[in-house]
Amino acid sequence: MRRFEYHEPKSLDEASELLGTLGEGAFILAGGTDLFVEIRERLREVKHLINIKRISDLSAIEYSETSGLRFGALVTAGELEAEPSVIRYYPNLRRALAELASIQVRNRATVIGNICRASPSADTIPPLIADGASIETFRPEGGRTIPLAEFFAGPGRTVLEQGEIAIAIIIPPPQQGSGRSYIKHGRRKAMELATVGVAVSLDAKDNICTGARIALGAVGPVVLRAHKAEEILIGSSFDQNTVERVAEQAMQECTPISNVRSSAEYRRSMVGVLTRRAIELAREEPA
Amino acid sequence: MTKRVLEMTVNGEERSLAVASYRSLLDVLREEGGLTGTKKGCDVGDCGACTVIMDGKPVNACLVLAVEAQGAEITTVEGLQSSPDDLHPLQEAMMEHGASQCGFCTPGILIMAKCLLDRNPHPTDEEIRFGLSGNICRCTGYTKIFDAIRTAGKRMAAASTGDGTKAPDFSKAEA
Repeated sequence: MRRFEYHEPKSLDEASELLGTLGEGAFILAGGTDLFVEIRERLREVKHLINIKRISDLSAIEYSETSGLRFGALVTAGELEAEPSVIRYYPNLRRALAELASIQVRNRATVIGNICRASPSADTIPPLIADGASIETFRPEGGRTIPLAEFFAGPGRTVLEQGEIAIAIIIPPPQQGSGRSYIKHGRRKAMELATVGVAVSLDAKDNICTGARIALGAVGPVVLRAHKAEEILIGSSFDQNTVERVAEQAMQECTPISNVRSSAEYRRSMVGVLTRRAIELAREEPA
Repeated sequence: MTKRVLEMTVNGEERSLAVASYRSLLDVLREEGGLTGTKKGCDVGDCGACTVIMDGKPVNACLVLAVEAQGAEITTVEGLQSSPDDLHPLQEAMMEHGASQCGFCTPGILIMAKCLLDRNPHPTDEEIRFGLSGNICRCTGYTKIFDAIRTAGKRMAAASTGDGTKAPDFSKAEA
């Protein structure tokens, strides 16, 4: 591996100060499963690595019926995949976690690392955005809570400021009658980046949609919300005609590119198919 | 670049090694540690040849910094055998089924299969596929590997329930 200086801060204050003083070329190490690849493939010039694993209180997973799920920056994809409250209340996130890379990678990769890497095809982002998750940050002058839908500034870029560190994710508790799903489309199941990923979270009362959030992955510079498609769905009864219109609208709202994994046309077409299927899946097992 | 003293338990043995902090656990196990059973395939976490067990969980040793293993307990493929002449049931079954051809993926497959069977002695075909989905084999087409895992699983379960079924001793068979 290419050489870098290694730091092991014991507190968030210390980590934040290191990020500030070391400047460009200083990066946070949590899981390392993306970062080490980028270092080896020379995609990222790393001069200083700041390992945050020795900082306490970043490994907690807490669930309550009133405040929902909160997990810290050091929680791995594998830990969250096995977490009973995730299995029970957030099957969409669970699905995304179980389809992320491999068991070995999931035992190291942190979910917040997957988020902060800000890849448009990241598996965990669509279900979290569809569920209305927020990200908590640390800053020496005081942290903030940012809706995840507003966290991304472009491929690989977030709104985190210099010295600001993402420390936790909060997902609201599921409402009565809500349902959620995530469908990842790829050429194979394991070690695959999503060609398209669609997450849907629905609220319903008396078989009428009262809330809908549709998040589209790998079809834009950031994970997108299909707001107009959601508007069509809200107030409807999930009849086939409406769902088809919602899927058609989601296709209009995405902005895919062609690359080695797929053409833009194919991606757009799959957004339609997967949006329809994801709505049906979310309706199958409402909370 | 200053070196750090890394203390970890490898295959039950306490090791103390001076390592530069930018070195991977894989490189340190193979070079400073002299344990070359763990293989370096892709070196970016895709192939699974470098899989080792770290504090009870399988990980890609190429994606772990050696200094992150401070205080950790590591099991490599060398640690599967209780003694040089006493193979693990998985190793016996892999030989018996011809599940290793070039052999480069075998150490990682053995470690992953052990993790799978320790948790689930009777995996379905789907569970075997899921369990080994981070390990790439370019020779066998996986069929013989899966056969070997099923065989080993049955023998390990039988041995643990004490019905006296013992696997035949292939360790002294000709190569």
